[in-house]
Amino acid sequence: MRQSIEKREIRLWAVLFWLIIWQLASMWIDRDILLVSPIKVLFRLCQLVCAAAFWKTIFFTLSRIALGFLLAVLVGSVLAGLSSRYRLIYELTAPLMLTVKSVPVASFIILALIWFSSRNLSILISFLMVLPIIYTNVFGGIRSVDKALLEMAEVFRIPWRRVVRFIYLPQIMPFFNSACSVSLGLAWKAGVAAEVIGIPKGSIGERLQQAKVYLDTPDLFAWTLVIVVMSLVFEKLILVLVRICATWCVSVGGKRT
Amino acid sequence: MEKICVKDISKSFGNKTVFYHLNLTINSGEIRCIMAPSGAGKTTLLRILMGLEDIDSGSISGQKGKRFSAVFQEERLCEYMTAIENIRLVTPCLSVKTVWQELDRLGLKDCANQIVSELSGGMRRRVSILRALLAEYDILCLDEPFKGLDNTCKEQVLEYVKQRTTGKTVLFVTHDEEEVLQLGAKKIMLSDMDTGVCQLC
Repeated sequence: MRQSIEKREIRLWAVLFWLIIWQLASMWIDRDILLVSPIKVLFRLCQLVCAAAFWKTIFFTLSRIALGFLLAVLVGSVLAGLSSRYRLIYELTAPLMLTVKSVPVASFIILALIWFSSRNLSILISFLMVLPIIYTNVFGGIRSVDKALLEMAEVFRIPWRRVVRFIYLPQIMPFFNSACSVSLGLAWKAGVAAEVIGIPKGSIGERLQQAKVYLDTPDLFAWTLVIVVMSLVFEKLILVLVRICATWCVSVGGKRT
Repeated sequence: MEKICVKDISKSFGNKTVFYHLNLTINSGEIRCIMAPSGAGKTTLLRILMGLEDIDSGSISGQKGKRFSAVFQEERLCEYMTAIENIRLVTPCLSVKTVWQELDRLGLKDCANQIVSELSGGMRRRVSILRALLAEYDILCLDEPFKGLDNTCKEQVLEYVKQRTTGKTVLFVTHDEEEVLQLGAKKIMLSDMDTGVCQLC
């Protein structure tokens, strides 16, 4: 029963219900500038999809946010590993992470705009948003690794590479998985917000900014929908990769039942 | 192989003295059974020999550079792995077929490819025993290895352990005299802990 609820968190009928409410609300308000109908948004989206510029814009934003995310995963994981091994690195990293976590994203965006061009702003911002989440979770995962298993590995003299792969990674993976799940949405939100403020040419943020300037609500909704869909697809893709990695970690040999 | 000599070792945890000037010798190729009441330090002694605990004073010779294998008090299996995978984690050179055949000898054929968290306590115990016996080792430490096995199963496993440990150096902790007899082990009694005289009897 519980499993069936978890597996079907979003039901089609519920989505349709809210779409109908949205349609009725837009019909009642009857002013596209305030609330455009879902049908018009869909129509606008179809128009956008047909243009080559749409895909270039998507590629521009996606590539930067994905790069920022992947860099944060890499740096966060390596730092977490080093921090759990060397107290000095942990002590050095702790205030940095606290600062990144506490400083408002808008401050980072403005500061980054002063320092650099806006073109690669979303890489830095998504990196900064994801880094502390990955670091904290992976560090927590490493700290929670079963000490008894590590002793077992020590007694049997299992080489460290195998210890990392078969003992550390499988136990860290749930932490890493939840960190990715949380931070992916955040990377998109913060990355696009940075683009809206920095307005790099050819980005989704620029399109949103234009929609704001020209009060083009259908465009605003259509691009927002694009962001939501891309965020979901990117999240699913990354989580599938993490799952594949987790399966690889425990496959010493032999089939499973 | 060189014999293991434990000379005047002392070990305390906070205010609790576990050993005070403990001496014992373990000859190569013999099975020694350590017997003592609960809390007397049998497991601590094994842990010290395996290099998992430091001693406060004294010295140990003959165990440096030796390969250890062990059955711990708890199974210490990777819960997310199958029985075969757990064994191959410590013995990657053994083929799946060989491990499967050995599992079959202990009545674990049907659960060889099952995740160990799904196995019963007795099955898990046997997997951990098999892992220790199939690993390459010079000294085998068994800490109450037959705990949780029913009598029939225990007989089968004891026979298997006896076959596989012939001529090997084995340190074996138990409370059960029957197990000592069946394995043909020589007893070490840890005694008189409180008086500070702890000797091989």
